[in-house]
Amino acid sequence: MSAEPATAPAPRPAAPSLRALTAAAAVEAVRKLDPRRMIRNPVMFVVEVGSAFTTLLFVHAAATGAGDAPPAFILMVSAWLWFTVLFANFAEAMAEGRGKAQADSLRRARQAVPARRALPDADLSALGRDPAARAALQTVSSAALRKGDVLWVEAGEQLPCDGEVIEGIAAVDESAITGESAPVIRESGGDRSAVTGGTRLLSDWLVVRVSADPGGGFLDRMIQLVEGARRTKTPNELALDVLLASLTIIFLLATATLLPFSQFAVAQSGQGEVVSLTVLVALLVCLIPTTIGGLLSAIGVAGMDRMVQANVIATSGRAVEAAGDVDILLLDKTGTITLGNRQATALLPTPGVRPDDLAEAAQLASLADETPEGRSVVVLAKERHGLRGRALDELGARFVPFTAQTRMSGVDTATRQIRKGAADAVRRHVQALGGVMPPAVDALVDQVARAGGTPLVVADGAAVLGVIQLQDIVKGGIRERFAELRRMGIRTVMITGDNPVTAAAIAAEAGVDDFLAEATPEAKLAMIRSLQAEGHLVAMTGDGTNDAPALAQADVAVAMNTGTQAAKEAGNMVDLDSNPTKLLRIVEIGKQLLITRGALTTFSVANDVAKYFVIIPAAFVSTYPALGALDLLQLGSPTSAVLSAVIFNALIIIGLIPVALRGVQVRAAPAAALLSRNLLVFGLGGVILPFPCIKLIDLILTRSGLV
Amino acid sequence: MTALDLLSVALTLGLTLALALPVAGLLTAALSDDPPPWARALRTFDQGLLRRLGIDPDEDMGWARYAGSLVVFNLLGALFVYGVQRLQGALPFNPAGLGPVDPFVAWNTAISFASNTNWQAYGGETTMSDLTQGLALTSQNFLSAASGLAVLGALGRGMRRSDGRRLGNYWADTLRLTLWVLLPLSGALALLLVAGGVVSTLAGPLAHTLLEDDAGTRTLARGAAAAQVAIKQLGTNGGGFFNVNSAHPLENPSPWTNLLQLISILLLPMAQCLSFGALLGDRRQGWALLGAMTALFLPVLALTLWAEAGLPPALAALGPDAVAIDAPMGNLEGKELRFGVAQSGLWAVATTAASNGSVNAMHDSFTALGGLGPMWLMQLGEVVFGGVGVGLSGAVLYAALAAFLAGLMVGRGPELYGKALLPRDMKLVVIALLLPSATVLMGTALSVLRPEATGALANPGPHGFSELLYAWSSAGNNNGSAFGGLTASGPFLAVGLGIAMAIGRWGVIIPTLALAGAFAQKRRQAPGPGTLDTHTPLFAGLVAATILLMGALTFLPALALGPAAEHLSTGPEVSHVR
Repeated sequence: MSAEPATAPAPRPAAPSLRALTAAAAVEAVRKLDPRRMIRNPVMFVVEVGSAFTTLLFVHAAATGAGDAPPAFILMVSAWLWFTVLFANFAEAMAEGRGKAQADSLRRARQAVPARRALPDADLSALGRDPAARAALQTVSSAALRKGDVLWVEAGEQLPCDGEVIEGIAAVDESAITGESAPVIRESGGDRSAVTGGTRLLSDWLVVRVSADPGGGFLDRMIQLVEGARRTKTPNELALDVLLASLTIIFLLATATLLPFSQFAVAQSGQGEVVSLTVLVALLVCLIPTTIGGLLSAIGVAGMDRMVQANVIATSGRAVEAAGDVDILLLDKTGTITLGNRQATALLPTPGVRPDDLAEAAQLASLADETPEGRSVVVLAKERHGLRGRALDELGARFVPFTAQTRMSGVDTATRQIRKGAADAVRRHVQALGGVMPPAVDALVDQVARAGGTPLVVADGAAVLGVIQLQDIVKGGIRERFAELRRMGIRTVMITGDNPVTAAAIAAEAGVDDFLAEATPEAKLAMIRSLQAEGHLVAMTGDGTNDAPALAQADVAVAMNTGTQAAKEAGNMVDLDSNPTKLLRIVEIGKQLLITRGALTTFSVANDVAKYFVIIPAAFVSTYPALGALDLLQLGSPTSAVLSAVIFNALIIIGLIPVALRGVQVRAAPAAALLSRNLLVFGLGGVILPFPCIKLIDLILTRSGLV
Repeated sequence: MTALDLLSVALTLGLTLALALPVAGLLTAALSDDPPPWARALRTFDQGLLRRLGIDPDEDMGWARYAGSLVVFNLLGALFVYGVQRLQGALPFNPAGLGPVDPFVAWNTAISFASNTNWQAYGGETTMSDLTQGLALTSQNFLSAASGLAVLGALGRGMRRSDGRRLGNYWADTLRLTLWVLLPLSGALALLLVAGGVVSTLAGPLAHTLLEDDAGTRTLARGAAAAQVAIKQLGTNGGGFFNVNSAHPLENPSPWTNLLQLISILLLPMAQCLSFGALLGDRRQGWALLGAMTALFLPVLALTLWAEAGLPPALAALGPDAVAIDAPMGNLEGKELRFGVAQSGLWAVATTAASNGSVNAMHDSFTALGGLGPMWLMQLGEVVFGGVGVGLSGAVLYAALAAFLAGLMVGRGPELYGKALLPRDMKLVVIALLLPSATVLMGTALSVLRPEATGALANPGPHGFSELLYAWSSAGNNNGSAFGGLTASGPFLAVGLGIAMAIGRWGVIIPTLALAGAFAQKRRQAPGPGTLDTHTPLFAGLVAATILLMGALTFLPALALGPAAEHLSTGPEVSHVR
């Protein structure tokens, strides 16, 4: 098999420039003024209605000369109300813009391509061997493919759709999806059998069974996701919407009732003027939570975008938010906590056996063993004992493969019968041949297991030569990752097929909180169920088909992109980088989404305190001059006070767009510490900040003679 | 305000808290899923009684059935009160020979007592016969309070349970609360009050000749007041036997009876918090809620005491001579000399906090700032202690709101006491919190537009506006406290305030029970290091801030046109010249 790229991987298009994004978003902001779209966001819809209403008031005042308030004042209020709506739309358009650019490049990868489909009655196994069988293939457009069809794909061709490799092995360029230019191996059977439409074969050939109808593939899901086209509101967003809508209603009542209150006050005191409708609308817009209302959608879109940036495809926003709540993380040991597979790290001879003899026998037994463990024995023999690889054919040796019955593998030559395998299997083997297992070997076996290794015993005929120590290599830096997860309140549980002694040793070395040894698919599922029954939210990462039931049961299930189709379908997220510690980032993004929402809501409501002190005295000072005492800021005039509040209210949306798109910084800290910090910054900050800002705007308005 | 005054206030509150501990135990024993053995024995008795009445005491009710039973029972109570009032002329125990109550006032009173508001659009001794007071009104004092406490039980169970069980049985709860909590407590209190000189007789009014030669005779109204006064205070009812309520010398004759009544005003409202914690299985939660409430209560109390310790502006304007005499006494207008400023101020704040509408001084005569505190406590939704049962459940609704925001801010899916807060839950929370505020604002707005309401005002300007705002705040939040001044017996206000009371009661209880029902079906999430604890001072502070901010934001404009405008217009500040 050759891994030479047949064509250079298509580079991902560069991110569009900020200027282009901004320009596109500005246009989109105006287009979004359509009331049918605005009504999805009740808070901003109220602002739009208020803007339209003040516009009418202006037209009326300008036409009759005796309207609700001086026309110039109404015009300025009205203009800034329109800006408020536009700024909110702009924020949303900015967030969507980034996703759109990405979707466009993905869409290019999805264009219809010709596909070679096998006829239903074709002999599939012959396709690879027999060029003549391939002549009977039928060429169709990828759009015509249906689930269950079988395709033939060769080097240089693009995969027309998602599928599962049923025969062959090939190098595939998946850069169109993952952004990673190094080719990956896809082969039938095992956990690397899933292929994605839009990727390109770099070598060899594959026979692929189609796993998704057109439009339902992975790429389509990804495009929908980044475009936000099918974005439905998450439960959390809906709950926040309820809160924002109720705040809007209560402020609507509080301002609407001010009109009769004001009329009554004027009648009673016999002085001043009834508050104008313009001022009431201005007050309403200032009080309702426009800051969060205007940015809510942008926060959600930006959060999903951050997921895509992290190369994670989530099936729903709900899954992303649930990630923030996870408190237990189940990790498959192999490939996650440890490097790939176990490696031979030492050869421990039986007393009286020369180390080189053991090495020679171990190497011979492993030469034809293509498992990673087997290869690592050959490597160790070469590095430590200077033994070069030999060809079995030349030795006249016959390879004895591993079977579940014997649980040993090895070689038979004319004179020798070499075996390696688990201690008890080899014990039975040598006893059957009339030999005995020396007690010293038992001690070695025990010593290796206790240290977290896996012992393989090597026997030549009835003589036990020694023990191969296989060890898991714990990934560098993983311990620190787990410590960080612990600070975030997430417990890590390692899942492994190893025996409890080995598992405990590795768990201790990696720093996980708990482990499940000798795990079967049923045991994994049962563990998740019992954790959930205790009220935990469980996340799991996995890649194999045997992980699928557990993935389906977990609250947050991240499947590796290299994994099987079954695993990907069972999970609610796919990590394109196939990096199991990605969950840390996913949790962070989930939390960040919620924190940003909460922080801006708090900020928005806290802002209202200052606005009251600005607008209430301005609105009623003519009726009750004493209320001027509430004008803490000593603003220029009632008119400039109202305008300053409205302008601040509009500008703060623009000011907070970066926070909404980037998200509030997440720290690994206890909940109480996070809460105090965010309350201090966004709660107290939200109360204080508007005062100087409104005063500044008022000064500018007054000095410049605009009011 | 002397140091002794402040000491008396502190001692009263301390004593109440000390007594609230055993009372909370009693309440918990009545509502808990796991009652102590003696309570178990009493339950056998209750259950037998209910079975005899054809009610299955073991039926585990879903929220709709629980709420339905409650509403039907309360409405039947209202109908009964209405009927007795209308027919009292033909019924016995009417020594004063009073005729039927005006239909509008009767409607108002029926809703008022069934809803635990006890707003009184009538003068007790001149309108209601002994039968009406003793049978109709007093029975609702018990039953409406028991209904409120039943809501506490249902909410506690909803929060605690996650094993498929539902909210419990309304009838069993109400019977148990009435028989084993309210009756013994009010019986004991009534005896103490009688010993303290509160009148209790069925002999009817007493005619007596005045000492001055030409003054003729006068009639002294009497009645079986002590029993009604006891439950009016314990059940956060507040409906006085006499028109001037506990300012009347026969209803509250001495500082001793005043102390007893003050304690009983806050007793169950404080105990309900602690009992809720016990029902949840985590007493710290109860203390946290009590702490949040106290954090709001004390500043308002301080403001009111400070404002009332000064002289009213009109008196201060008279100059140093008047000040020299009266300054140490503070603002005594509308207050009883036997209680003084401190005990009257404490009473005003305690009763408006606890949804107990009784008065021992006229709030209308408080200074602008002194009257602002009590009004605002009502506008917060009666959750600073609040009415029995419902005050706590209102505080839990605010806690849900705080937990929602706090959950977001720590990056967790929001949850309260281990149960997730989903969109439907938030809907119920905001409906329950929104309805009373909306009622108050709209009712007040409607009133200022109606001449029959503005004509009922005793004062012009912002003070008149305050009278209306106070009345609607009191009705919409089921307090029952009256500012005074306003004549509320006209058809418009009698009917309108009656509607407000109904919305303020059942418009809150129904969504609260729906929420409890939803919680009962939820899985309880395990607490972990990432969970935000709700028993900490931090969270209690956030709950208090949420209550404060919601209350302030909703009513600030209206308050600006009432008490704030009045306070700022009538002088720089209350005079504290010594």
